[in-house]
Amino acid sequence: MIKDQEYLKKIADICLSKSKKLGSSDANILVQSSVSENVNVRNKKLDGSERSENLGVVLTTYLGKKKSSIASSNLKESNLDELVNRCIETMKITPEDEYNSLPDKDLHFKGLKDLDLYDETHLSNEDKINYIKEAEEEAFSNDKIINTNGSGFGENKSNFLLANSNGFADGYKTSQFTAYCEVVSKNNGSMERDYEYTSKRFYSDILKPKQLGSIAAEHAVKKLNPKKIKSEKISLIFDKRISKNFLSIFASAISSSAIAKGTTFLKDKLNQQVFNSEINILDHGNIRKANGSRYFDSEGIAVVNLDLIKNGILQDYLIDTYNGKKINRKSNGRASGTTNLYFQNGSKTFEDLVKSENKILYIKETIGHGTNIINGDYSVGASGMMIENGEFSYPVSEITIAGNLNNIFKNITLADDLEFNYATNSPTMMVEGMVVGGK
Amino acid sequence: MSSLLKNSELTSEKADSIVSETLNNCDDGELYIEDTKSETIVLDDNKIKSSNYTSDLGYGFRAVTGDTVAYSHSNEISEKSLKNSSENLKSTLKNNSGTYNSEIKKTNQKLYKDVDPIESKSMKSKIELLNNMNEYARSKDSSVKQVTASLLAEKKNVEIIRSGGELLSDNRPLVRINMSVMVEKNGRKETGVFGIGGRQDYDEYLKNDNWKKVCDEAFRIASTNIESKPSLAGEMKVVLGPGWPAILIHEAVGHGLEGDFNRKKTSAFHALVGKKVASDGVTIIDDGTLDNRRGSLNIDDEGTPTERTVLIENGILKNFMQDRLNARLMNTKSTGNGRRESYKHVVMPRMRNTIMLGGSNTQEEMIKSVDKGIFAVSFGGGQVDITSGKFVFNCTEAYEIINGKIGSPIKGATLIGDGPSSLKEILMVGNDMMLDPGIGTCGKAGQGVPVGVGQPSLLINNMTVGGTQL
Repeated sequence: MIKDQEYLKKIADICLSKSKKLGSSDANILVQSSVSENVNVRNKKLDGSERSENLGVVLTTYLGKKKSSIASSNLKESNLDELVNRCIETMKITPEDEYNSLPDKDLHFKGLKDLDLYDETHLSNEDKINYIKEAEEEAFSNDKIINTNGSGFGENKSNFLLANSNGFADGYKTSQFTAYCEVVSKNNGSMERDYEYTSKRFYSDILKPKQLGSIAAEHAVKKLNPKKIKSEKISLIFDKRISKNFLSIFASAISSSAIAKGTTFLKDKLNQQVFNSEINILDHGNIRKANGSRYFDSEGIAVVNLDLIKNGILQDYLIDTYNGKKINRKSNGRASGTTNLYFQNGSKTFEDLVKSENKILYIKETIGHGTNIINGDYSVGASGMMIENGEFSYPVSEITIAGNLNNIFKNITLADDLEFNYATNSPTMMVEGMVVGGK
Repeated sequence: MSSLLKNSELTSEKADSIVSETLNNCDDGELYIEDTKSETIVLDDNKIKSSNYTSDLGYGFRAVTGDTVAYSHSNEISEKSLKNSSENLKSTLKNNSGTYNSEIKKTNQKLYKDVDPIESKSMKSKIELLNNMNEYARSKDSSVKQVTASLLAEKKNVEIIRSGGELLSDNRPLVRINMSVMVEKNGRKETGVFGIGGRQDYDEYLKNDNWKKVCDEAFRIASTNIESKPSLAGEMKVVLGPGWPAILIHEAVGHGLEGDFNRKKTSAFHALVGKKVASDGVTIIDDGTLDNRRGSLNIDDEGTPTERTVLIENGILKNFMQDRLNARLMNTKSTGNGRRESYKHVVMPRMRNTIMLGGSNTQEEMIKSVDKGIFAVSFGGGQVDITSGKFVFNCTEAYEIINGKIGSPIKGATLIGDGPSSLKEILMVGNDMMLDPGIGTCGKAGQGVPVGVGQPSLLINNMTVGGTQL
């Protein structure tokens, strides 16, 4: 069972009062409790089960402009004493940093908590196993599916309390139901794997097992017997599960920490054209039941809705208290990063994009970590499908795609098929003229 | 007697009896207890940005029968909590029954000292070191615009209690010193990153002003990259430098030789034991027994002593890397590769220090033999798709080779290849085998574990280089 607010509050109070007694001027504490239960099946048979119970604290103490943190899962009173003591001792000898402080009281979250982020549904292990077995059975009904890498179902419940010595104390429960199915297809000596994944706060919102299994199978079969293509400049269409990655890259490039340090290609671009004028990017934390919704960030600051890109122009950064001070801006509640980050739908349909040129490469998967947010260079491994005259013709693999994000961002065309499946979501995206490395 | 349970409500005797009673009808399993202390201090943008100290204590209780694994972990160390976990394991395995295999090799292996790197250096001197690194790096050139330096130290004590009360333990120190430098020149920005580390006290790595060399190297890489030109795209010959570029070996073949993927027949290598999978002269080992190395362990996280496992010998595939579960199901013995990130994670076969042994060629002859290609000296991250065998990695320092000579540095190139076929494309193996500086972390199924790699210079016939120039 996850611990209730009262229990978490008791631990928070103990730590806050201990740190005050030992000489800290301010303190911030997070107490978290979670229980997660996962089952895995492989070849329609139970492969394993896992249950985890976690309870932990993260304490940050301040003495004027000095700061130090500790974290622990060992909450015995004697251990907490020792840790708080250690935190305070370290804090005292840490150099001052003029930007260190608790967040602005006026920005603390004070509103109603009515976003429906917790589903108390509890599935027995048997029900979890049945769900995921059904998904695998469906995948195996496709005769080119010969194996699985394993499929799983997880239920996660958590509760937390965030408190600071300025009187903030709040927290809430969240839930997450997750299922994935990863299968292996085989044909004429070619072996490929692919997956489908679903994760929602409410059990009733996740994909039905048969959908999960059949989509995974379809993905894996489509990849079979790929060809490698010649190096060329070609327009790319990014599948929704890849196009959202560009939003994550964008988000890290406009974090106030990167802006303050100057380690991003989007420094000094506020109020300038970063994308073409068709593009709008929003970060809205108040969408009911959505994966990325939250009331306040890890400092207790209310999350406000941000329109980050309007008609291609950069309107805002993602700001926390510390880095906000460095750039003379107030926090907008993004100490924990983005919330529900998404591109607004474009005006083209998926078919419009597919038919827009004679030859387009459709990217379904990228591998590698080839994004450099300091200068915007982008270079990753990829696989996907060739589209010829508006028809998907053959799978392509072992290629690379490369470009610079400054150009990529200005050459994006979006379809109108946005769905809220993850915390970060994008419609299908087309980027004109990128360089593919192949034969 | 367990020393990690000493101050808890759970006595050693009680733990033994719950473990034995739970695992009685299972094929395998253990209670894994872990006490980890870690400290991270970061200097960023001229300031000590954070000092974090973490203390974690918890257990993971595992029962295995057939190919089904039940796992329950908690950070509440009490009789009640362990009994709950026991009930949970039994309910998963209620339809299975096995015979406990109590055989486990013994060892007196001592690959590192039982030191606590966090306590062995005062906070004051750690802060001083970071400040010195910052000042030194910034003083190197006016083009240095940003510096991030960090110190990470960990002391992880683990105990493994098996059915019948057998207790195995290991105390593992680990440190890492990192440096990242950003330079800016003519409107261009590039970074250079370097680090060192292993299973010893900080001071072992700081002898002879070694920290200056870490700063020098990060600055050198950043300054090289600021002069770099866009990379060509397409297939070409690749010369890999010695040491850290062995993450190519780690990605291209290492993961594909882990026991679980081969037992499940999802690896491109699963049917190839005894077959020729690489060029003559290619020998690859996974060695957990090197003194003080980041990937070394006295015993793995199931209690099996680590060993030097020959994976590929002179081009022939010899062995997979095994944990106990996959070894049993494949009728072989664990190679001491059973590892986990922490008590919150299940054991899987994982690499330790994965090394390609040296050959007879010189790096000079390799470069001389290439008309058009690239010379890759250092890499950032890599990734592999086990099933299709495709892998990528990103160059953080690379040069073009034209007519047998090293040319301009090139920027941000990605290399992509096919694991099984690129091993057969190795044309020359260098005589300059080198281990990496001790900074690798391998990710698999969401679990990160410290690893090492090593290799000599290599000439690969044909790889696809990703770039923006056609």
